Amino acid sequence: MDVLNALVLFLNFVMIPATAYGAQLALGALGVTLIYAVLRFSNFAHGDMMAFGTMLVVLVTWGLQSLGVSLGPLPTALLALPIGILGTIVLALVTDASVYRFYRSKRSEPVIFVIASVGVMFVYNALTRFVIGTDDQRFEDGARFVVKVGDFRKWSGLDEGLAIRTSQLITVVVMILTVAFVFWFLQKTRTGKAMRAYSDNEDLALLSGISPERVVRITWILAAALAVIAGTLYGLDKSFRPFTYFQLLLPIFAAAIVGGIGHPLGAVAGGFVVAYSEVMVTYAYKGVLTYLLPEAWRPEGLVQMLGTDYKFAVSFIILVVVLLIRPTGIFRGRTI
Amino acid sequence: MTGRVASLYAVMTALIVGVGLLQGWVVALSILQLCLISAIMALGANMQWGYAGLFNAGIMGFAALGGVAVVLVSMPPVPGALGAGGWNLGLSALAIVLTLAAALFARERVAGYWRAPVMLAVIAIGYFVMRTFLDPASAAIEAIDPAAAGYLGGLGLPVVISWAVGGLFAAGAAYIVGKVSLGLRSDYLAIATLGIAEIILAVLKNENWLTRGVKNVTGLPRPIPDERTLQAAPWVQDLAVRFGSDVQTAAAIVARLAYSALFAIVLVAIFWLAERALRSPWGRMMRAIRDNRDAAEAMGKNVTRRHLQIFVLGSAVVGIAGAMLVTLDGQFTPSSYNPLRYTFLIWVMVIVGGSGNNWGSVLGGFLIWYVWVMAEPFGSWAMATATTGMTPGSFWQQKLLAAAPHIRLLLMGLILLTVLRFAPQGLIPERTARR
Repeated sequence: MDVLNALVLFLNFVMIPATAYGAQLALGALGVTLIYAVLRFSNFAHGDMMAFGTMLVVLVTWGLQSLGVSLGPLPTALLALPIGILGTIVLALVTDASVYRFYRSKRSEPVIFVIASVGVMFVYNALTRFVIGTDDQRFEDGARFVVKVGDFRKWSGLDEGLAIRTSQLITVVVMILTVAFVFWFLQKTRTGKAMRAYSDNEDLALLSGISPERVVRITWILAAALAVIAGTLYGLDKSFRPFTYFQLLLPIFAAAIVGGIGHPLGAVAGGFVVAYSEVMVTYAYKGVLTYLLPEAWRPEGLVQMLGTDYKFAVSFIILVVVLLIRPTGIFRGRTI
Repeated sequence: MTGRVASLYAVMTALIVGVGLLQGWVVALSILQLCLISAIMALGANMQWGYAGLFNAGIMGFAALGGVAVVLVSMPPVPGALGAGGWNLGLSALAIVLTLAAALFARERVAGYWRAPVMLAVIAIGYFVMRTFLDPASAAIEAIDPAAAGYLGGLGLPVVISWAVGGLFAAGAAYIVGKVSLGLRSDYLAIATLGIAEIILAVLKNENWLTRGVKNVTGLPRPIPDERTLQAAPWVQDLAVRFGSDVQTAAAIVARLAYSALFAIVLVAIFWLAERALRSPWGRMMRAIRDNRDAAEAMGKNVTRRHLQIFVLGSAVVGIAGAMLVTLDGQFTPSSYNPLRYTFLIWVMVIVGGSGNNWGSVLGGFLIWYVWVMAEPFGSWAMATATTGMTPGSFWQQKLLAAAPHIRLLLMGLILLTVLRFAPQGLIPERTARR
């Protein structure tokens, strides 16, 4: 019984939140990695693109709520999602045409693109703040829980409860669907193959008649859609605050690099690696150990490896470890 | 100095004097103080980017390290704190040193497949050993008068010394980051520095025994007498009578002038050194590495080592500026550090001023800080004008007025993008040898 209690405690506070968080990071990292594979730079504006898209979703959600539209147990934000994606795609394409295209035509160094993306980051940041301000916004509605703590206790007869929030379940389902679609697109469609060819060898791709501008456009469309989906899921799961999205940049980059930057499957794996390590390292294991260990060995402290405030340190440490041991990442992305 | 440089600096001077004439000299001098500090930060960033082409996205972290040096050097020691946790702190420091030594030893001796796991295991064990000493130490120290102290305090030395110490702190952190991430692709350094800045900030916010964390350290010693002392001083009262102002204003102006003079001395010293370095064979080598890394490597230059060197130097300069900033504020508030203001704004300064040119960086520091400060009142004024016709309290009027403070972000983004595209060399382009 104690073992089961410990397991439920661990599932409830580590595995379930970390899986949802990992799915969000995976989607974010997938966007970053696609941009990296095709445009060959680390997009510092990705976090703020997520914030902008999520802001659109929040606004549309509020509009729908005021009209009385709802999805029943599901959050209304899912209805608003396509509109948010469309708006963000427009923004990304306008940005590309007005900022990045110029440097592409000049074949500038990647670091110039990075600096340009810093400028874009400022602009996106300002746009988001103009419209919605800097405060926390909650836009989750519908049923809050799929599995409730009390129900689970009654059903299982255990002391510890297990809760699965609707947003967590939706996060995982949407993430699986999205990733499956992206992989199908990259592997099976003509355009996806063109993208991969362009990423592997630009000159050869050009020789085979692949239009670079089209490839870049599709990449931005995918990255923007992924950013909005990731941002909305994160906002549903926690809450929407523009600055938090900027801070997500670090774990997202870490995830992309851990998996092998420029490698889509790696980005997804990296997202989960980062999320699980972050949650596991910052979780206080006192409760779990109390169930598992005999009375005499029970810990006095919290048995927490790092305070939760240090969660960014975890992404960074993973980043450094990967850099030192295997700079190309788990899936051998581009050599960096 | 060419005519272009002279005229741009003349314009900048006129801008600050204009504020003095329109809004009063206290405001103008307040802007000038921060312009000087910004210029030093921009010089540091320019060493890394302009001389060597390194993208440092963690300027905020190095500036904050400079700030913590002020606390650790200049605050008076908290009585009893060292006695309460000193031994344990010493032991945890020893644990860190021994862990690092053991990890390096493992790297030397263990070969092949096992090297990484063994090193990781050594570091993990060392971490837990360190924590067993650090946790009681921090608890003991934080228990001492938590409302007023609850931290170690500093050494009680003159505050100006802390500026140099701040540079050393930043240099030390830069050495570690650089050792890990230099020699890889340029984006990698950017991401690693972005991370280290967040970590430094997390440490400063949470290790209360060191910095009081978010409780802030206030009342830092000043390098010059404070304004109340100045108001009482007869010579300041004489000045006030002579210029026909009240004593408060005269004291405020004297204090700001004194700070500005101190900062200007540091700026001139660093600028002179930076220019000397740039004109020396070493500076030519750095630019050669930046412009053609492979060729420089073929000539026998150790590119990674030189990059590490310039990265450490540039970060040290940023650390000095960060220490000066905290000295000026008179308080250390870890939660006030924000990457847009402390990292990316400095980048705008360097790019706008002119990468690789120290005159440009200083000008960029002055100009962008000026625009950053002036954008807020300008934004409020613009929004107030735009909303005059609207019904007070209506949705759009509220919205537009609330948006005013964010105009500066938009402005900075647009300035950066415009300069990068249409004048990538900045206002004062880098001087190169005759082509």
